[in-house]
Amino acid sequence: MKASTSVAITAFVLVAGFALCALQFPNIASTRVVANLLTDNAFLGIVAAGMTFVIISGGIDLSVGSVIGFTTVFTALAIERWGIPPLAAFAMVLVLCALFGAAMGTVIHVFELPPFIVTLAGMFLARGISFLLSTESIPITAPIYSAVSDFAIRLPGGGRLTAIAIAMLVILVLCALLLHLTRFGANVYALGGSRAATALMGIPVGSMTIRIYMLSSVLAGLAGIVFSFYTAAGYSLSAVGVELDTIAAVVIGGTLLTGGQGSVIGTFLGVLIQGMIQTYINFDGTLSSWWTKIATGVLLFVFIALQQGLMALARRSSLKPAGAKPAGAPT
Amino acid sequence: MMLRIPRRGFAQVLALIVILMINRLVSPQFFNLHLQDGRLFGSVIDVLNRGTPVALLSLGMVLVIATGGIDLSVGAVMAIAGATAASLADTHSLPVVLASALAVGLTCGLWNGILVAVLRIQPIVATLILMVAGRGIAQLITEGRIVTFTSPDLVWMGNGAVLGLPTPVVIALGMLLVTAAVVRGSALGLLIEATGGNARASELSGVGTRAMILSVYVWCGLCASLAGVIAAADIMGADANNAGLWLELDAILAVVIGGTSLFGGRFSLVLAVAGALIIQAMNTGILLSGYPPELNLLVKAVVVLAVLLAQSPRLGDLSRFTARWRRTKS
Repeated sequence: MKASTSVAITAFVLVAGFALCALQFPNIASTRVVANLLTDNAFLGIVAAGMTFVIISGGIDLSVGSVIGFTTVFTALAIERWGIPPLAAFAMVLVLCALFGAAMGTVIHVFELPPFIVTLAGMFLARGISFLLSTESIPITAPIYSAVSDFAIRLPGGGRLTAIAIAMLVILVLCALLLHLTRFGANVYALGGSRAATALMGIPVGSMTIRIYMLSSVLAGLAGIVFSFYTAAGYSLSAVGVELDTIAAVVIGGTLLTGGQGSVIGTFLGVLIQGMIQTYINFDGTLSSWWTKIATGVLLFVFIALQQGLMALARRSSLKPAGAKPAGAPT
Repeated sequence: MMLRIPRRGFAQVLALIVILMINRLVSPQFFNLHLQDGRLFGSVIDVLNRGTPVALLSLGMVLVIATGGIDLSVGAVMAIAGATAASLADTHSLPVVLASALAVGLTCGLWNGILVAVLRIQPIVATLILMVAGRGIAQLITEGRIVTFTSPDLVWMGNGAVLGLPTPVVIALGMLLVTAAVVRGSALGLLIEATGGNARASELSGVGTRAMILSVYVWCGLCASLAGVIAAADIMGADANNAGLWLELDAILAVVIGGTSLFGGRFSLVLAVAGALIIQAMNTGILLSGYPPELNLLVKAVVVLAVLLAQSPRLGDLSRFTARWRRTKS
């Protein structure tokens, strides 16, 4: 119930914010702008879905931005320089990402190290490897890239729902199903609630941890492939700092950073809110880009304060019945 | 029995010596020093000088981490303080510039401290807010430009010399001594460690954990603003986009290399600074060796992993086992 409240608040902020934007710039309320918003944030949505799993399980993954960078460089090199067919290159890079995530999960579990610092090392490692692969931007000219970027579903009102936007929506739906309807998803929540209790319940904590970080890295890899479609290039400096945007989107979406609570739909709304701020600033034209950062920071603060307040309320209401009992007992 | 090696700090000092030796192999004139215009020059001095910002950051960060927290915003605070200092430098005197930059750092630290200690927000999230918004605020101050200045007083803070040593090094050394005197000269350090070890238990035994946590974040903000002023003075300008970018990660790394656990508890100021020097010595070594600087991140990642594994609780059991084995043997 608490989780649905914070998602409802996020949804309210999104709708109210969008209404305010539309009031000032009526053009914002068109399928064209909304479809572009989805396209521009497609990679962020995918990587944020993976981060949702990690954060609900009580961890954090700082390596995702670097993994996106690595994926774009590797894909570009594989297709353009090594002559590997695009689909095979995608498969290869996803396997590499899965191995990378599994390695991080293993180190976190086996050596009982804080995820923050392990994934920080992963962030350095992935970025370092992509620098070694290539420091220049490599354009991708494979026919599949132009075919995919030409593909779009036309919406009424002139909007184009592009292939990568569709890919994001499909992946988000799959992730939501995985998180909310499967045993794996239930275990993720359990892990975030209490690690010790989860282990005592007989859930294999180790393999869960490894699989969660694997999922996050694979989704970051998918986001990297989507990013390479978006820019039609591979560049080792792409997606620097995306881990922060991702964490911000997940937190705005109502997922608790302490773990145990959150949802994929909330994360999606969080991504949309960030995209909306960006769109508003683009429409305004006079506001400089740094207002995006300040607005995101303010929103983060508001949402965290709200969560904190909601939790305090919940604690009070859960204390009340316990306190009311002895008072009611004599009668 | 015959050779007692101090257990704490041995690994860090050894690592620093090994890295310096490797640097010596890579570039034979590494340890050469020469005096010019009343200031020492040489690669070793360069390591000290370049390592100053991270060393200053790690002085604040180590206290925050000792309480079980973390401060992701120090890089952004550096940018804000640098922007403040640079935009005031040519119109105000050095004390005013310094005071306002440090006041900015103090305010940022206070904000983080209130979020963590009073509102009880998880430190990663609480400081994430300022990390995201801080660079925007810095750009607001510089109006998106790179503000340059020529004020000789402020430039001296970054490029001058005191008794032959570069000013930043002297400042960092002074801050280390002040922090050590305050923290280790009183029970404060112990109380901080107690807070990090078990906040609830220390609160029940009468430690003012709230005030303790609040003050370490304020100190961290102060150290970060000083680092920001030095970084701005060094390049005679403030770049809100790049000043202190990712240095929060280096500072955390320095603290971890210095043997302080991210879970809080026992800490060492000197070893954290040694950690910062280890990072800088690696950077300088890679530059001197002529390898592409891109290799830097890879080396860093390997070092982090090595340090982490060496400190992991599991391996701790192993070392305790070998220690027992050695004791039974003697």
